[in-house]
Amino acid sequence: MRHVYLDHQAATPLLPEAFEAMKPFFTEWFGNASSLHEHGLRVREALKVARQRIAALINADSEEEIFFTSDGTESANLAIKGVAYANERKGKHLVVCATEHPSVINSVEFLEKQGWTCTRVGVDAEGVILLEELKAAITSQTVLVAVHHVNHDIGTIQPIIEVGRICAEKSVPLYVDCEASAGWLPIDVKSWGAALVSFSPHRFYGPKGVGVLYRNKKARLVSIIHGGVQEGGRRAGTENVPAIVGAGVAAEVALQELLPRVAHTQKLQQQLWRGLRTYVSYIKLNGPEPGPKRITTNLNLSTEFIEGEGQLLLCDLNGIAVASGSSCVSKSLKISHVLAAIGLDHALAQGNIIMTLGKDTTAEDIDYVVATFGKIVEKLRSMSPMWDEFQRGIIDSVIQPTGRGKSFSQHAADVSGKPMH
Amino acid sequence: MSETYTLYNSTVMDHFMNPRNMGDFKDADGVGEVGAAACGDIMKISLKIKDGRIEDARFKTFGCGSAIASSSMATELIKGRSIDEAMNFTNQEVVDALGGLPPVKIHCSVLAEEALKAALEDYVKKHPESLSRAGKSEPVAA
Repeated sequence: MRHVYLDHQAATPLLPEAFEAMKPFFTEWFGNASSLHEHGLRVREALKVARQRIAALINADSEEEIFFTSDGTESANLAIKGVAYANERKGKHLVVCATEHPSVINSVEFLEKQGWTCTRVGVDAEGVILLEELKAAITSQTVLVAVHHVNHDIGTIQPIIEVGRICAEKSVPLYVDCEASAGWLPIDVKSWGAALVSFSPHRFYGPKGVGVLYRNKKARLVSIIHGGVQEGGRRAGTENVPAIVGAGVAAEVALQELLPRVAHTQKLQQQLWRGLRTYVSYIKLNGPEPGPKRITTNLNLSTEFIEGEGQLLLCDLNGIAVASGSSCVSKSLKISHVLAAIGLDHALAQGNIIMTLGKDTTAEDIDYVVATFGKIVEKLRSMSPMWDEFQRGIIDSVIQPTGRGKSFSQHAADVSGKPMH
Repeated sequence: MSETYTLYNSTVMDHFMNPRNMGDFKDADGVGEVGAAACGDIMKISLKIKDGRIEDARFKTFGCGSAIASSSMATELIKGRSIDEAMNFTNQEVVDALGGLPPVKIHCSVLAEEALKAALEDYVKKHPESLSRAGKSEPVAA
């Protein structure tokens, strides 16, 4: 059986050259970067090189603006809480995009329980932030604006230069979560005017266990983890040296290979969407069409009349690794908040599948996925009462309405006795 | 990935991959279709009933792997039972027969119980004599 990994948004395999570079730091050069002897100083030098490589990836002025954490989630927590606490006396208002990653949304919710207020700026049907709403949301009390570069769920690229301009006009620091874009799109903290940027190297063939936070020197930030004075006093705790070294190598290679990686995944993204659209009926792409508004690695799909977890399981049994934002997949039984924010019909959110491409995905892989996915959809539809009821004109399609029958949501509400949430 | 790493245990996976009794009857004696407000899943169970006993059962499910497996297992378990016996069917039987479900998926087995009872109620509505002939008990509310 062919194995096709289409969950690069969750993890990527470590680059062999990054792995080689990491190895000696587990055994030979095991020192602690805080130590003042040669073991410590050697490691400190390695961290500096990694910082420089990371700084180059995002066009930061100096490696001193790069802080290492344990992963992207911790970086997001530090960005939001660190700026909020540092500016407490200036104001207690934050502005975030409604479709931020949970690491941002939940950090904000934590602060709201402590007296901060937050405005969540809406998005259009493609997931693009509403700039006029953003402008209107910023007040004299606002201490931070957080807008992601690329959406983790539906791949929408945000107009971050315009967002940066608005923040500069209002003199409010901008934090950009680049978790879904780092290594796959150019990041330029200077032209964006970003005060903070975060990401995880494991999204671009670096190791897990390390996150990055860029902080412009002018932005005030206090530590949220207390202990020693590692990372310029902004993040206490012994640095994960092997992972940081691997992250530096992955960042250097990502910068060199950025254009070929984008070109490769762009071609496959088009092949995959064209194939699925041709061979699978009643399928919808969520987020923008492949093109300038969508990252080349992501396809977020809704297949009508069937549920997402079943699709995921059958993909897995056929060697294809994918993700889903269906409520059945989430432990909270709620659909993805991003799909809710773009106003996607609940029935379509239930049939959600996310496929994310990588540099090693091949055209043959895509052919296999298209052929296999078509059979999976057919099998699940043969089991689905909704497909049958659609054929009989009892319910209608959301994707291609026929004008016959009631909506899926109405039907679901009728048989469950409660409206869909 | 492989047989070793699957989301559910081997019994659940088997009922998901090779569902028993999937489909409808052209001339069903009772049909129940229910939805879970919590997650949006929908389950339909159709019954063939003769002489107060469930002769055959079919299901169709819009839902996750454990919802499909729960409805497959429920239709297996209830075949041959009398209406009264079937009225006392509980989701726990499904959970036990499947060798357990993850806590967040227990509601899938509840949905199977509700679909079965809705199908029985549909039958009883059409055949009110069926309950008195069996001798006792009000239909159990789903």
